[in-house]
Amino acid sequence: MSIAWYLVVSALIFCIGAGGVLVRRNPLVILLCLELMLNAANLALIGFSRMHGNSDGQIFALIVMVVAACEVTVGLGLIVAIFRRRLPIDVDELRELQG
Amino acid sequence: MSTTTWAWLVLLFPLLGTLVNGLGYKQLGRTNGGAGAIGTASIGLAFVCALGALFSLQGHSAEHRELTSSLWDYAVTNGDVDAKLSILVDPLSVYMMLVVTGISTLIHLYSVSYMRGDRGYARYFAYLNFFVFSMLVLVLGGNFLMLIVGWAFVGAASYLLISYWYRRGTATQAGIKAFVINVVGDVGLVLGTFFVLRHSGTLDFLGTFRAVHGGAFAGHHGALVAGCLLILVGAFAKSAQIPLHTWLPDAMEGPTPVSSLIHAATMVTAGVYLIARLHPLFEAAPAAADTAAVIGCVTLLIAGTIAITQTDIKRVIAYSTMSQIGYMIMAVGAGGYVAGLFHLMTHAFFKALLFMAAGSIIGAMAGAQSLDKMSGLRRSMPFTFGCFVVGGLALSGVPPFSGFFSKDEILAFVGHRGGWFVALYVVGYVGAFLTAVYTWRMIFRAFWGEPCAEARELEHGHLAHAEVPTNPANGEQEDTDVGFPGPEHTIAEWALPMKVAMGLLAIGATVAGLVQIPNVDHVITSFLEPTFADSKYVHDEAGNGMVYFGMALGTVLALLGIALAHRIWVAQPGSAAAWRARFKPAYTLFVNKWFFDEAIDLLVVRPFAAFGTFSRRTFERVVVEGTLVDGTTSVVRAGSSAVRAIQTGFLRYYAALLLLGGAGVLLYFLISAS
Repeated sequence: MSIAWYLVVSALIFCIGAGGVLVRRNPLVILLCLELMLNAANLALIGFSRMHGNSDGQIFALIVMVVAACEVTVGLGLIVAIFRRRLPIDVDELRELQG
Repeated sequence: MSTTTWAWLVLLFPLLGTLVNGLGYKQLGRTNGGAGAIGTASIGLAFVCALGALFSLQGHSAEHRELTSSLWDYAVTNGDVDAKLSILVDPLSVYMMLVVTGISTLIHLYSVSYMRGDRGYARYFAYLNFFVFSMLVLVLGGNFLMLIVGWAFVGAASYLLISYWYRRGTATQAGIKAFVINVVGDVGLVLGTFFVLRHSGTLDFLGTFRAVHGGAFAGHHGALVAGCLLILVGAFAKSAQIPLHTWLPDAMEGPTPVSSLIHAATMVTAGVYLIARLHPLFEAAPAAADTAAVIGCVTLLIAGTIAITQTDIKRVIAYSTMSQIGYMIMAVGAGGYVAGLFHLMTHAFFKALLFMAAGSIIGAMAGAQSLDKMSGLRRSMPFTFGCFVVGGLALSGVPPFSGFFSKDEILAFVGHRGGWFVALYVVGYVGAFLTAVYTWRMIFRAFWGEPCAEARELEHGHLAHAEVPTNPANGEQEDTDVGFPGPEHTIAEWALPMKVAMGLLAIGATVAGLVQIPNVDHVITSFLEPTFADSKYVHDEAGNGMVYFGMALGTVLALLGIALAHRIWVAQPGSAAAWRARFKPAYTLFVNKWFFDEAIDLLVVRPFAAFGTFSRRTFERVVVEGTLVDGTTSVVRAGSSAVRAIQTGFLRYYAALLLLGGAGVLLYFLISAS
């Protein structure tokens, strides 16, 4: 099977994730969409790894998973902190850092 | 031990004393204790080592008495610069070393009692040891670099000691004034060194002298004269010669032993040493040497006239110091190096003695320094009186006291030069007459007449104490924590160390002149001869007729001066007012110190202050603040307010920008790859 299909799927998932990040306002959903984007990248990496017949891409994918786990931890921690302070769960409302 | 090892040891001991006293002041005790003993012992050891260097040097043959030793090199390049930590041990530096360490030992000893009870006792001795160390660096330095370092160090030490009682406003101001004027001199010395270095190619003294004799300045006579004149600026500032002299009278704000050591016996004679040390340069640039002789002559006359009218006892002696250094500068400028250095030595003895005796009087007067308040101290302070008279006789040049021989040797040499030097010769004798008058005016006013209240109290065995200690200069109340006189001030009669120091100096002031009596002996001349062997004046000696005429004239003038002083201030008390009225314009000029302070204020300080104000108003406010500083900030502010608009705070907006950017980069690579 050609690698093209894997890449098409990967691109699709990436675009869905990117679209979600852009249009959704709930930080929880934004985190989920980020996760989608990362996994799209993982899929592409593993696809290429298979095509070249060595395991470098798979190791990259593993590292991306580790990073994703960290990112989710931090992101969820932030969301919990926002929730605890009874702030609105809406990224558009969290805009104190404007210039 | 080799001669140079002895000389290094001479440098080492005062440095050790400084470090121990300076770092260990807490352990040594604030008001008395070990600091004085350590300070005195370290200088005493330095004196012993200086004697060692002397005997070791005399063991060499006369042609080999110029020894150098170098600890390490700072920078040595071929033919451009040779900066080394090196010393030059020759008869001149050993001579200066002996004078400095010898007098310093006695003054340290005097200070042990005089400064007892002062809160800064250990600090005082640390400073004083540092001064001696710096002065020794100055006289031992074997190249211009070491000379400049020592020169600047003694200026700093002088500043520290003048401002020693740092809560006295007048003392700190005097310290600043001394430092600023000395820095003017330092700049002159450094610039002069550059002029010399440029053509000689070496910083080393002996190398420079060889270069001068070898014709390094053959086509650059102007540079040599300019260099020598700039070096003279340094010498004049340090030696308080006109017009850079105004700091010396103000420096009397420091403790009296400091005035005695630094502002009479040693530091202010550094200019004399400098000219004598660099005599090959000055002989190759006669214009500069003549300038020195004339300035010295002018200074001795002006300082003598001012001294007659001053009432502060320390200032009278300070102006006298200026005047005597004028003699020395005149001598070395005219080429009479041995005569100048001989007077330097005898002057160190009798002037240190006079200052110490004045310190004792000030102790008895509970801090008052005005001659108007003193009278009739003769009976209550016999020892101080004796010392003052010995010092006064030596200063006014009465035979057989030391000043007589040295001053007459200077004047005989100057007269012997002939030509226009005869004018200097005449002024020198006028100055000698003035010296006798002002010295004995001081003695008669302080010791003769009805005993003042303090003197009567002292006759009953009580030392007067001021109810509220005040600053004699402006009547401000003193902080006794760091100001004189503390509750424990003392007089020479009651303190053995002071008595010993003054007694030894009195003996020195009496007999030191006997080492060099014309046609009898010439110890100093033969000792210093190796240093000045290359001088063109080395074999110049005044004829017998001139010498004997000068001695007779000097004696007569000194006795006449004393007689005049006696007539005005003892035989006819109150006649001084009549004299003042008769010579009113001259008196006004003298009592205002020839308006030098006012002239410097008008010519230098005010124009500079006005220029400073002007440039602050125009350049600083408009160009620096208005354009540079405000301009920069407004540019940054405008730029940032433009960039700030991007920062909306919408997270999704940032994400979109990020994605668009990433997509743009991706597209770029895709397009450029295909």
